[in-house]
Amino acid sequence: MSDAKNRFQAMVGHRLFWPVAVLVVMLAANTLYRPGFLTIEVKDGHLYGTPIDILRLSAPLILVALGMTLVISTGGIDLSVGSVCAISGAIACLYISKAPDQNALGMVLTALAMAIGAALVLGAWNGILVSVIGIQPIIATLILMVAGRGLAQLITEGQIITINSGPYRAIGLGHFLTLPLAIFIALAAALLVAAFTRRTALGMIIESVGGNREASRLAGIRSGRVVFLVYVVSAVCAAIAGFMMTANVSSADGNSAGLWVELDAILAVVIGGTSLAGGRFFLSGTILGALIIQTLTTTVYAMNISPQTALLFKAVVVIVVCLVQAPAFRARFSRRRPGAAPPEASPQRQKEQVPA
Amino acid sequence: MTMNSLTTVPTWARLPRRHVPVLATLALLLVMYGIGVSQYRAFSNIQVIFNVFIDNGFLLVVAVGMTFVILTGGIDLSVGSVVAMTAMVSAWLLQSGLPALLVLVIALLIGPTLGFLMGCAIHFFEIQPFIVTLAGMFFARGMCTFISGASIPITDGFWTTMSQYRIGDPRGNFVSVSVLVAFAVAAVAAYVLAYTRLGRNVYAIGGNPQSALLMGLPVGRTRIAVYTISGLCSAIGGILLSFYTLSGAPLIAVGMELDVIAAVVIGGTVLTGGSGYVFGTVLGVLVLGVIQTLITFDGSLNSWWTKIVIGGLLFAFILLQRLIGIRYK
Repeated sequence: MSDAKNRFQAMVGHRLFWPVAVLVVMLAANTLYRPGFLTIEVKDGHLYGTPIDILRLSAPLILVALGMTLVISTGGIDLSVGSVCAISGAIACLYISKAPDQNALGMVLTALAMAIGAALVLGAWNGILVSVIGIQPIIATLILMVAGRGLAQLITEGQIITINSGPYRAIGLGHFLTLPLAIFIALAAALLVAAFTRRTALGMIIESVGGNREASRLAGIRSGRVVFLVYVVSAVCAAIAGFMMTANVSSADGNSAGLWVELDAILAVVIGGTSLAGGRFFLSGTILGALIIQTLTTTVYAMNISPQTALLFKAVVVIVVCLVQAPAFRARFSRRRPGAAPPEASPQRQKEQVPA
Repeated sequence: MTMNSLTTVPTWARLPRRHVPVLATLALLLVMYGIGVSQYRAFSNIQVIFNVFIDNGFLLVVAVGMTFVILTGGIDLSVGSVVAMTAMVSAWLLQSGLPALLVLVIALLIGPTLGFLMGCAIHFFEIQPFIVTLAGMFFARGMCTFISGASIPITDGFWTTMSQYRIGDPRGNFVSVSVLVAFAVAAVAAYVLAYTRLGRNVYAIGGNPQSALLMGLPVGRTRIAVYTISGLCSAIGGILLSFYTLSGAPLIAVGMELDVIAAVVIGGTVLTGGSGYVFGTVLGVLVLGVIQTLITFDGSLNSWWTKIVIGGLLFAFILLQRLIGIRYK
């Protein structure tokens, strides 16, 4: 009896329990509302169905959120990812639209390389502002967030650049092994980041810098370089997400590409259990968070609610998830149930929360 | 800055460091105005300045509220959405036939209530302001489209009078009612920050919340108060915006929070809190307004240059704050 109770408590206490529970509840509600929600069918050798759509559409968000997780775990924040998405998409589409043969693979690769190069520069700019000049991350990246939109519109000259390029479209809509290619790109990025951070010391170094930058520096870690690095990685992730977004619609719009993606990404990271104060990060939680957000969006569309009103639901989810994860709220809640053992505040949240 | 260089400067010429950002903004404003006057003949018309105020009255009010929040070291991302929601709610209530005065009261209550709730969530549950106000932003924006997906025109007599009433010479130079309201709000805010207990508490919390708590200052009450004030200012801003546009549109003021934060930062308020003035914020809003006017006067520059210039100015001012060594975390 008590063993089962303990096991239940351990499960509830697991950091991924609440995100998974929210996702399961949402999927169940969807299936109840529309019994065909979970069906997947094979057409032309490709898998189709709402779950596949959710996976495909969440790929850009997963990419952006991966980079954001690393940035947040150093105690920073990157508001400029949406603008970086727009800029990289605009550069790639501009180059492709000027090419004589839009279907040439080599030319598309050159376009991607150019856009990623630009993203590296933008990421380095953010990194230098934060690590060398020492500007608060939220402000340092706000600069690029505001100016970046302008730059993206400068590149597209205020127009929407449409392209007709098979290889480029494949990034967003192509298939590989019956599944959309975008899923594999996001998966590859996630595995790459996971391998670098969890199979080497890099992850621990990033966390230690997030825990206490000065102490890490004194312990022999080059804190500045680590901080610089995460902003560059974040920008590159955002650039790849920008390719997917523009490839999905085969056009680049400097104004609306990647709009508000930074907020969704931060949300995904927070839902995944990474504290905004830094010092700890959970890649699996972030991916779950991104899936939750995309499922929510798809659900709302499926229920014929306007996308703007969907924000209401998003607000509710944000507040519920944050309240459930807030140690203060948990403590209050557990005091009302004197029988239950006080939930141990997870060690990563012991850290004092610094107002953003 | 070494001691030597300080001692050689006579006392009267010594600048308190915390005044430098505000003075730099003032200098920038004068330079930009000078450029405008030297380049375009019509720029020297006094009405150009009045128009900057008329076009940015609501921005000024919202920025004043944001100054309070940023002074405590917090941030309020919900302001743009609350502005839109206030305008939307008043347009909707007026359309359904409620008297103007009642609508005004209801509209002015919504913003502070939301701000109060956000402040409570931030204080009692210790969630970061960034996330809480982000949720508030989503909520308010969602409410806008929940009310109506399309723009609602306002035909109410009081609103149209307020919108068209011109103070001053109606054919010559004039300002609108919203300019007076904006100035009144800025004056009250400046008084509150400089001369009242609440104002001192705001600066103290921004300087160091731990010390403020140990000194026995009401940290929680003040923190909730600043978000409520910001909500109230956003509500007033929303009313002024509905005077200006005579409609409520669900997608109005999208991204306004960034303009507001930019104005506050350009006005010399430090984002970690504890240092800054309402006067600086007024200057910051004016800088944004003059940039827009300059770009409109030029004609050949496209609107996206506004964003690039604002980004560049943000960078320059943050760098300036850094160089003069105002405390940064």
